[in-house]
Amino acid sequence: MTDLVLRNGRIVRPDSSLVADVYLREGRIAAIGSNLDVPAGTDQLDASECWVGPAFVDLHAHLREPGFEHAETIESGANAAAIGGYGAVVAMPNTEPSLDSVAVVAYVLDRGATTRIDVAVAGAITMARAGERLAPMAELAALGVRLFTDDGTGVQDAALMRRALEYARPLGVRLAQHCEDAWLAAGGSMNEGAVSSRLGLTGRPALAEELMVLRDLELARATSGRLHLLHLSTARSLALVAQARREGVDVTFEVAPHHFTLDETACATYDPIMKVHPPLRTTHDVEALRTAMRRGEVDAVATDHAPHAPEMKDMAFDEAPAGMLGLEHAASLTFEALGGAEGDPQRFFSLLSRTPARIAQLRASDVRPRHGAHGGDVVEGESATLVVFDPSARYVVDRERLASRSTNTPYHGRTLSGRARATIVNGRVVAFDGELA
Amino acid sequence: MNTIRGANLLSLEHLSRTSLVEILDTAESFVEVHQRSVKKVPALKGRVVASLFFEESTRTRLSFETAAKRLSADVLSLAVASSSVKKGESLRDTIATIDALGIDAVVMRHQSSGAAMQVSRYVPHVRVINAGDGQHQHPTQGLLDVFTIRQLLAERHGTTGAESGAELFDGLKVLIVGDVRHSRVARSDVDAYVALGAAVRLCAPATLLPVDVANWPVEVAESFDDALEWADVVGLLRLQRERGSGSFVPSLAEFTFTHGLTVERAKRLRPDTIVTHPGPMNRGVEIDSRVADLPVAVMTRQVTNGVPIRMAVLFLTVAGNPGGER
Repeated sequence: MTDLVLRNGRIVRPDSSLVADVYLREGRIAAIGSNLDVPAGTDQLDASECWVGPAFVDLHAHLREPGFEHAETIESGANAAAIGGYGAVVAMPNTEPSLDSVAVVAYVLDRGATTRIDVAVAGAITMARAGERLAPMAELAALGVRLFTDDGTGVQDAALMRRALEYARPLGVRLAQHCEDAWLAAGGSMNEGAVSSRLGLTGRPALAEELMVLRDLELARATSGRLHLLHLSTARSLALVAQARREGVDVTFEVAPHHFTLDETACATYDPIMKVHPPLRTTHDVEALRTAMRRGEVDAVATDHAPHAPEMKDMAFDEAPAGMLGLEHAASLTFEALGGAEGDPQRFFSLLSRTPARIAQLRASDVRPRHGAHGGDVVEGESATLVVFDPSARYVVDRERLASRSTNTPYHGRTLSGRARATIVNGRVVAFDGELA
Repeated sequence: MNTIRGANLLSLEHLSRTSLVEILDTAESFVEVHQRSVKKVPALKGRVVASLFFEESTRTRLSFETAAKRLSADVLSLAVASSSVKKGESLRDTIATIDALGIDAVVMRHQSSGAAMQVSRYVPHVRVINAGDGQHQHPTQGLLDVFTIRQLLAERHGTTGAESGAELFDGLKVLIVGDVRHSRVARSDVDAYVALGAAVRLCAPATLLPVDVANWPVEVAESFDDALEWADVVGLLRLQRERGSGSFVPSLAEFTFTHGLTVERAKRLRPDTIVTHPGPMNRGVEIDSRVADLPVAVMTRQVTNGVPIRMAVLFLTVAGNPGGER
């Protein structure tokens, strides 16, 4: 492995930052300082004007393998992640078969180990995500699974969710919920409101999400369980969580880039690319999410990267599957939402790396077979899994030039600012300037 | 949008009073074709119109095809099973197949809202006429409804529709009753009536009003009985049983009890009040059979007028040069 020195970057530590060189050797940060002397033959990367921090960690990526390899594979999804600045992703369990058994989870972990980045797994809470009986959480936890979810849908049965929270607690794992009440959201394909009514589309009301948020907060309170709420999308959901937290409920949550950058009016042309669950909400909700992010009230940005093959988005809006791509552009969108180059780099790395790494238990201090250390400080001895992020970069999203196998990005043609210049995993550059390395 | 000439007709939303009157006047000029022994004009000779019905609707399809034939267009009639998606064919592939046969316009009915707009993006060189999409819009139904009302009012005033323009709609009191929430007809009707200057009230069980009714340019009538006395026009809607409206009201009988136009309620109608229904009627549910057969109920006239309206729409969209003289 060739050694690497990052020259003159702004090193973003949890509570401070400094401009210095970072010398990476044998997969670790070997030295930090000004004008470091490094051995001849060491690769140099000019990081001036760039932010250097821990590589991003995505809590929520649908990699589609096994089962839907025409839309994405573990490898193509990992490549998209590497280009987006990610050193680790958590693969969601709604594959075919679902990630509810040792054999299938081991398969995903093994495939993941051959990619450029770390691929962790979220196991299913219930067998086949059918919401009927619990998956073997202890067996999967022994393989290193730390998050469990039936994402795609939420666990509808309150008694089963209560039992799952109770069962999971001594295992040291966290349950992640897709919050939408299936009956309130039934048949809906966009946010319920004036826009859906005008378009004649059945709505998924905010209430469908908020009611399950409220239910699960109370279940977590009653069971002392650990809860993570996926892709919260409404102002009211955030308020409910904030209240429960003040009262001591152990809950974390994420927001997805599309929910803080796009609103329900994006559905007005019936472009199925804009269909996602939970749906794009009102401008009021978008603003509430952005404000909460800037104030440090949000734990994590997670992509909900959901590739779908092109033919799946050539259907009528209400017949098309929900979901959009996220991994390649999430960091730019987060950067912009936090105020761009004027924004707070600590908060940026907290949202994209440090807090999600803590939630996914992917930090150096977490005992975890198979996976490297993520979301750490940038100091000597830490793992050399870093991202060099260029706040001055500007680029145009082109769906024909994505690492993902699918093209369903809602940002095609849009100019974004801020971009991962280099993604470094264990000292190795895996992506550089939007290309795989 | 200021005209449908040379454009698509996907919705009546944003259509101006002037452009609506243009369509109505064009339709009126086609009415007399119906009375001829040779019921044909050569306006679309050599043009090809495809009718593409993903959701079966015999009456709308027949009406469009009759209109196209009276304009001398060639008609490709394709009944696409609504299960084509389940068979794996995407909307884009279906329309590409039809387009490959060489068509100038497609008249499209689909169970999904927005499908016509999506198709218009796939084949931008083809004129797309929405013959009903999901719960969104049914523009030609809205047009034939206002055309029928204008014609009837003009007859009463001893004038013609074309001479009256839109003035007979000024202050006209229109009550739309029933399953507004799931109704594409209601959306098109409200757009057309409001643009033409009518005052519109909606009356329905609370669960069948649109979720955003406060934003609609209408009033909500609390009492059906009072609203019947208020109205100049009563537009009944079909209770959309096939769209699961059943769970929005306790039972059909209860709907009839609260919002059915029963014989008893019909006594509240003034002698000159006009009752419309887009068909097919659920006799005994939203309208009593005996009321449906009263002279004030003009369903047959609506069906007859569907042909000249659809002739006008086909003519203007396919042959109408934007801004050009007819």
